[in-house]
Amino acid sequence: MADATHGPRERPVSPNIQFDGGVWRWHLTMAASIAHRVTGIVLYLGALVMLVWALSLASGPDAYAAFAGLAGSWIGKAGFFVLTLSIFYHLGNGVRHLVWDAGYGFAPRTATRSAWVVIAFAVLATLALWGLVIRAGGL
Amino acid sequence: MAAIRTPLGRARGLGASKHGVGHFIAQRVTAIGLVLLVVWAASAAVGLSRGDYDSTAAWLRSPVNAALASLTAIAAFWHMQLGMRTIIEDYFARPGAKGVLLVINVFVAWAGAALTVLSILKVALSTSAVSV
Repeated sequence: MADATHGPRERPVSPNIQFDGGVWRWHLTMAASIAHRVTGIVLYLGALVMLVWALSLASGPDAYAAFAGLAGSWIGKAGFFVLTLSIFYHLGNGVRHLVWDAGYGFAPRTATRSAWVVIAFAVLATLALWGLVIRAGGL
Repeated sequence: MAAIRTPLGRARGLGASKHGVGHFIAQRVTAIGLVLLVVWAASAAVGLSRGDYDSTAAWLRSPVNAALASLTAIAAFWHMQLGMRTIIEDYFARPGAKGVLLVINVFVAWAGAALTVLSILKVALSTSAVSV
């Protein structure tokens, strides 16, 4: 006999989107994974900046001066800083992925530690590169 | 006749059999290349950051710089196409929207690589240091 109270049940939800009372709590390796994807999307835009750089250079000194002017503005510098941080994070975490592909570093403690290493590398490499740019008179 | 075939038998030869790892391998190979190229590009960017046209154009007239810059562009656009493909496939279940975005993604990557490389070549092959 059909029971009217048995409507369609709530469907199970994938663990990775159970943020409220689900099975996951935020942890570093999860944030590192999300950051890899976010920086990848940022670098998609960064590749288009590289394209505009090359196009302006090929269009002559005036176009290149316009690009350099935009890049040297505060918004341009902020954009390039985010791009630099994204490049070095994605680079470091990409190497972390290659190490995983080789079969190493899966233990939770190791994965957490390597995430910290990647974050530290990204910050230090970004600061080092900007320090070199400032010393070269690029800012 | 077909009904007595096992699901595995029906699937054989239909899917990505033997080709499914192409995306995986290409993503890793471009990644390894980009590790080297990005380190080179970052060090080159320090010298180019003053932003004057003449020294940047002269820098690109070195065949080594022009070649490495072109390789960086090709590897970057290829790698980003592969990565964005994964993102699109993750978040867009409907075949229509997914297909349109995947095609746009491929077009952006190919157009971006072609425009960047040809721009680099135009500067690299120009003879005069003073271009008008």
